Amino acid sequence: MTGRIFLFGDDIDTDQLAPGQYMRGGIADLAAHCLEGVRPDFAAAVKPGDVVVAGRNFGMGSSREQAAEALRHLGVAGVVARSFAGIFYRNAINLGLPVLTAADLPGVTDGEACQLDVDAGVLHLPDQEQTVRLDPLPDNLKALLADGGLVPHLKKRFAAEEEDRRS
Amino acid sequence: MMGMTLAQKIIARAAGRDNVTPGEVVTARVDLAMIHDSGGPRRVEPILKELGAGLFDKDKVVLISDHFVPGETDEGARILALTRQWAKERGVAFHDGEGICHVVLPEKGHLKPGMFVVGGDSHSPTGGAFGAYMFGIGATEMAGVLATGEIWIKVPETILIEWQGRLGPGVTAKDMMLAACARLGMDGGQYQAIEYAGEAVRALSMQERMTLSNMAAELGAQAGLIAPDETTAAWLADMGGNAGDWRRLFTDADAPLMAHHVFDATALQPQAAAPHSPANSAPVDEAGNVAVDVAYIGACTGAKLEDLKAAAAILKGRKAAAGVELLVAPASKADQDRAQDEGIMAILEEAGARILPNACGICAGYGTHRLGENVTCISSTARNFKGRMGAASSKVWLASPYTVAASAGAGRITDPRAMLGEASA
Ligand code: SF4
Repeated sequence: MTGRIFLFGDDIDTDQLAPGQYMRGGIADLAAHCLEGVRPDFAAAVKPGDVVVAGRNFGMGSSREQAAEALRHLGVAGVVARSFAGIFYRNAINLGLPVLTAADLPGVTDGEACQLDVDAGVLHLPDQEQTVRLDPLPDNLKALLADGGLVPHLKKRFAAEEEDRRS
Repeated sequence: MMGMTLAQKIIARAAGRDNVTPGEVVTARVDLAMIHDSGGPRRVEPILKELGAGLFDKDKVVLISDHFVPGETDEGARILALTRQWAKERGVAFHDGEGICHVVLPEKGHLKPGMFVVGGDSHSPTGGAFGAYMFGIGATEMAGVLATGEIWIKVPETILIEWQGRLGPGVTAKDMMLAACARLGMDGGQYQAIEYAGEAVRALSMQERMTLSNMAAELGAQAGLIAPDETTAAWLADMGGNAGDWRRLFTDADAPLMAHHVFDATALQPQAAAPHSPANSAPVDEAGNVAVDVAYIGACTGAKLEDLKAAAAILKGRKAAAGVELLVAPASKADQDRAQDEGIMAILEEAGARILPNACGICAGYGTHRLGENVTCISSTARNFKGRMGAASSKVWLASPYTVAASAGAGRITDPRAMLGEASA
């Protein structure tokens, strides 16, 4: 799926992703305010397939799972950053939000077309006729993401085990 | 082949590998999973139901009630009832009302050097004091662990925090951590493993080491390890346990370190962290003239037997100043019993302390003693985020049990060392 790049800087924190004052509502309400502090139109403008590209330490701050959930709710295809805060990284993978690192992201511009291929670990930039290589994810995390996160992944696994027992 | 850090050695073993490299993602088997009443049954059971899963091994799961104990509100009582019912149905080890999870877990012999352990609480790095790789996870991940016994982990880099020299009298592990928070910041460890080493760390007792590991969470680390030694082995033997094969659990001299921070224990002064962050720490003398309304000796990091002893060393023959409410919530029942036997509880009570249940209490923002509007509190707990212990307008300073006790006695934030001198003279 082709989407567009939404470009951010360093140190995007969990309070920007899931603002504390909207935590009491459901995920839809919360997602509507995702990143509004840095980019007021983000939640309204972002569409399924779009990719968030950021600098260092993306997702720093609290351990709230909603920070990753909000992006996933908005249909973001994934986040590519120089580095992620550890707990956010765990939460994102477990909630099925692809998060990939890249040491260098030369020439990626805000708003340009892109396709994120999580399995191959690349970001295609068709307008530039360029493909950016991302750090590859290990197979166990790819499997988790392909299934949509930890809970669906385990459901599938248990169902398969059940099937084995019966056959 | 390059040597390995202590963290790498434990994770490699849990992942069934000869070696692992920082940055690599592996799937590891957990030796133990700890949950409490707040993040435990009430949150994991619905997910287990959804998965149609049972426990991977009920003998490797420990449940401890501490957050809602003693169940003062309807909600708390309901959560405790649900917790107790779950323990019965699932047949796991359950410590109910015996104290705060991070203190009860090792005290009851559940932790051993070299274990790979997850906990459903952010201060789970406490287990690192015993040379176990222990870290905190959320409820969804915990449900996954309970169902499978497995978890994925990105092998962390290690940051070495070395304390050279010896601590002076009246200076504690809490002061070491507050000073480290001030220097390195709240994200001084970006989910890496911290390892504490050096002469001052070696000289610490197990309970003091637990304070270092506990507050690795305040530095943003995933784990806070201390290589096991004779002190660890002796303590575990005392608790009726066995340290096992601890001698191979250390960081090799040629292991890769991400950073190495050196601190001087000899020069360290008692610290106090101003509201609302542990990183706002400075020597107590620099706090200025701060009157306190409440002095709280509590929490997993600040009310173990040795913390109670420290407070009593200051308060012996003294009383809390007029207008200061002195609250003491011993971290575990076992520690309170020992403090009782040693006359420590009597000293604290004579000083005017109100003794609260062996639970998280106001550290978690629960209970009848939550801080009211505009109250200034000095506390031996681990974090002083805005509103955590009560009203958003309350102000919490963090300090060692010595400093909290001295401040209770003086009615204002005070360096404990002068009083310690008088008390011992
Ligand atoms: S005492 Fe405080 S820091 Fe410790 S587990 Fe309870 S709430 Fe957390």
